[in-house]
Amino acid sequence: MAISTADGPTASKGWLSRWVPVVLIIAAAVIAHTVLRQYMGAFVSKIVLDVGINVVLAVSLTLVNGFTGQFSIGHAAFMAVGGYTAASITYYVSMVVFGGPEPVAGALSTMISGRENVPLFAKGDAIFAGSLVVGGLAAAGCGFLVGLPSLRLKGDYLAIVTLGFGEIFRVLIQQTADVAYYVEDVKDAPLVGVMQVFSSPRAEWEAPIWARLGGPVGFTGIPTYNSLFWTLLVTGLTLLVAYRLKRSTHGRAMLSIREDEVASESMGVNTTRYKVRAFVIAAFFAGVAGALFAHTTGVTLKANELAFAKSFDIIIMVVLGGLGSISGASLAAVILTMLPELLRKPEQLVAMWPWAAGVVVVGVVCTLLAKNKIGGGAVARAGGLGMGLGGAALVLAGLGAIAMRAGLDLSQYRMVLYALALILMMILRPSGIMGVRELWERAFWRGGR
Amino acid sequence: MLEVRNICVNYGAIKALHGVNLRVEQGEIVTLIGCNGAGKTTTLRAISGLLRPASGEIVYRGERIDTVAPHEIVRRGLVQAPEGRGIFSNMSVEENLDLGGFVRHDREGLAKDRERALSLFPRLRERLSQSAGTLSGGEQQMLAIARALLARPSLLLLDEPSLGLAPQIVQVIFNIIREINASGTTILLVEQNAHMALKVAKRAYVLEVGKVVMEGPAAELAASEEVQDAYMGRRKTTA
Repeated sequence: MAISTADGPTASKGWLSRWVPVVLIIAAAVIAHTVLRQYMGAFVSKIVLDVGINVVLAVSLTLVNGFTGQFSIGHAAFMAVGGYTAASITYYVSMVVFGGPEPVAGALSTMISGRENVPLFAKGDAIFAGSLVVGGLAAAGCGFLVGLPSLRLKGDYLAIVTLGFGEIFRVLIQQTADVAYYVEDVKDAPLVGVMQVFSSPRAEWEAPIWARLGGPVGFTGIPTYNSLFWTLLVTGLTLLVAYRLKRSTHGRAMLSIREDEVASESMGVNTTRYKVRAFVIAAFFAGVAGALFAHTTGVTLKANELAFAKSFDIIIMVVLGGLGSISGASLAAVILTMLPELLRKPEQLVAMWPWAAGVVVVGVVCTLLAKNKIGGGAVARAGGLGMGLGGAALVLAGLGAIAMRAGLDLSQYRMVLYALALILMMILRPSGIMGVRELWERAFWRGGR
Repeated sequence: MLEVRNICVNYGAIKALHGVNLRVEQGEIVTLIGCNGAGKTTTLRAISGLLRPASGEIVYRGERIDTVAPHEIVRRGLVQAPEGRGIFSNMSVEENLDLGGFVRHDREGLAKDRERALSLFPRLRERLSQSAGTLSGGEQQMLAIARALLARPSLLLLDEPSLGLAPQIVQVIFNIIREINASGTTILLVEQNAHMALKVAKRAYVLEVGKVVMEGPAAELAASEEVQDAYMGRRKTTA
């Protein structure tokens, strides 16, 4: 994917400004993985993986639904394409090169701590890196095939076609044979009656690829290469590409389509080409996210987990964050990924009430000050922000208290809470948390318009 | 420079234009006047490629353009400032202007033209970082024209630049249209405000239900009884 910002208005600063952020992202990912992970613990670092993958998904969908204003509702399908492609690659190449599907991972590509005397990079890591790229390209190819016919038309065709594509891909995968890969201890497990188990690693390797995808049971035995390093690296690069795209001439052309397609066309923008471009880039990153997801410890790649419900989760992140705002989508992805974990532990929600109350008090004070003409518009906006965020946190704390009393598992009611949040958002702030702007572009930080 | 030969445009089963002919020569201001629904905007949209004529030809600088994509037509120097202003309201004035120069790659020339456009519309310079949706109606119209100018048009199509503006602002806009023309840009102006349009134009066409019913030098048309009665609001004196 050639995303050159060379003719953009901001990109003429030379190679230094172009490559320094990339180096910084790599350094940050390495430091997070090698140093910070020790302090995070296994649970927190697993959440960080989920957060990173969801940020990639939300930001990539923003390119389509936010920048060009088209409506894709099948983003998870591209995740599935990337996941299954990358999993097949690492699986088969590992079988050929190492003779088994176990990961041959360096210190940067494993979430298992305490291993000593391993190099930073091992042979398996190269296979994994290649599979990420090929998974992304496969998804991008599907994006092109799906996008070209439907984006030539004006209207909601894209929504219908992406929904259809997601369902077709899911059903196709689920129609493949349900098999498990060969493991000694699986042979006597009760699962054997349900599904076919290969008699030996050799037999498994010789089976055709559609017998390997696992059908409804899922693709098992994918080597687990994903780690904090890879996830943060991909997240950082996705954010960088999306942000540079937004600031470039190409990105502005995409945004103009959403504003007014006819006017955009009269400015000489080939609207079909830019819509397809945005869609293909988005599919690429969704594919990479899917590839990361497939190689995460504890994940079995199942097509029905990447069906419409997952696409909808991503849409909620994009809409809540603000259509077109990269930081808004990321923020929403972070909050919505951590929320179910918080909901699972109501005592943690309850514990945050003093903080929430404090923020509300600060918000109220700011609002009162602004009402009495002390301080400018920035104070008034800080007041609004404080009351909004603090209020939301207080509501969550209250919910937590109720749940503790009644012994409810709030995480079961996740979708209900999302729906309520969406409805409230549509009433109070229809353009999302951020609208089309970025966090740092809000007039709020600059102290008023 | 531009010749429209006998074009018909349909919206589904509805025939909007039945055989429109018009011609624009280099350096002219030509105006197309008519009431609501006469087919003025349809004609412009057919010329700029946003609508495909069912029959007829559109020839621009000796080449047929009726099957060329709209973004390609812009590259050839035929630029439209769309009706209802068509500005990108969530973007800043500056970003709008940048998009005007989307088809160009000559940075110095673009910077010069931007400077020229801003000196034509000093109001826009004051509002460069403001979001375009917060501009007044007149300022939005100025922005739409300035943005179209940045594509360096040889032929500029203006769709109802006076729509919904106060009379003083209309006067300002028309003065600027004259100025743009004086610096060498040919203009095809679609207007309901026949009075103003006939004042600035050299030649004029009158469109009625999808057909050209009158054409000629603007001054002659402005003097004719039919035009005065139908489009310039002259009160009929009953005998």
